[in-house]
Amino acid sequence: MSESHPVDFKSYFRRCVYVFIAVVCTTSLMIAASFLPHYGWPAKVAMILAIACINAFVVAGFLMHLLSEKKLIYTVLGFTVFFVAGLFVLTIYALHDFPTGTQTH
Amino acid sequence: MDIPYTVQPRPDIGLYNAKLGIWLFLASEVMLFGGLFSAYILLRVGAAPGYWPHGWLNVWLGTLNTIILALSAITTLLAWVACKVGHFGKFKFFHACTLALALSFLCVKMYEYHDKWIHYEIKLNDGTFADGHMRENDPAKDYVKIEGRIVNDETLLYDLRSQGKIKMEELEIPRSKIVSMQNYGPWHNTFLAIYFTLTGLHALHIIGGSIVIGYLWGPGSKLWKKDPERFTNRIEVSGLFWHFVDLVWIFLFPVLYLT
Repeated sequence: MSESHPVDFKSYFRRCVYVFIAVVCTTSLMIAASFLPHYGWPAKVAMILAIACINAFVVAGFLMHLLSEKKLIYTVLGFTVFFVAGLFVLTIYALHDFPTGTQTH
Repeated sequence: MDIPYTVQPRPDIGLYNAKLGIWLFLASEVMLFGGLFSAYILLRVGAAPGYWPHGWLNVWLGTLNTIILALSAITTLLAWVACKVGHFGKFKFFHACTLALALSFLCVKMYEYHDKWIHYEIKLNDGTFADGHMRENDPAKDYVKIEGRIVNDETLLYDLRSQGKIKMEELEIPRSKIVSMQNYGPWHNTFLAIYFTLTGLHALHIIGGSIVIGYLWGPGSKLWKKDPERFTNRIEVSGLFWHFVDLVWIFLFPVLYLT
């Protein structure tokens, strides 16, 4: 939330209404995507997570004012994204790393 | 001695202390939930084919909680805006709304937990499985009563989505036929273990956030009279935490309820 700009209650209220509509729409889209026939599990997961990312962008960008934050906060979040991505990559890499001779599914 | 930069931003970074502090804290929180999400990926991908649950959680209750949390994030922001423009009465109203919505979220979650707690999988000595909600389990009686169904193949208990509407009936099962009986607690399988861990940790964040918001709404709001700017900053910081809790749910809902 930025403190450097003058604040107008009405414009914020309008912004909140738009954000709420966006959240409801993206949530509905996620649910609809999960019930889509003729799509495999990986395709559905990719679609649902892509929509969830849009939803998260709306909340972080407009409600947390991340679209107009200070440089230091972007730096902190940049490091966080790097380490979380590393965590996921290492986990996915480890999925195929079985000790020799052990049975897998 | 006064601590500098509790209200005014530092000239070098443009942030006041608490704001920098909350963002660093949120970064550590991202790592905490990131670790648990990666554990979920490991369990999900490592599950044997046909043994990862689908449709075990009520999508509509999850959707309701998504809407509740989104509304609470909005009322938190409006409470901060009300402070910024000097409308203390509006602040009180919107923060009260946030608290009420947080309580509603927890009530829905408790209902979901209870639903799992009374749901049992019973292995019978003829190789079949009875599955459903426990209705009567009196140790003095030689039977248990559930509202559910009996299946021959255990994998039918995992993918409920592909089976459409499942017919449930009241079943009286003699104890002599029961080999094992277990409710759908975190010990039941890896899905429920990670489900209770993730949602339980998230619920703890909701409880913690509610305590802070409750304090700022009640006794903590006295600061408004002495130092309104500092009080507004406190509302901003607690709001950032609350939005983070909403963000976590935005990913928890599809991962646990929809995939």
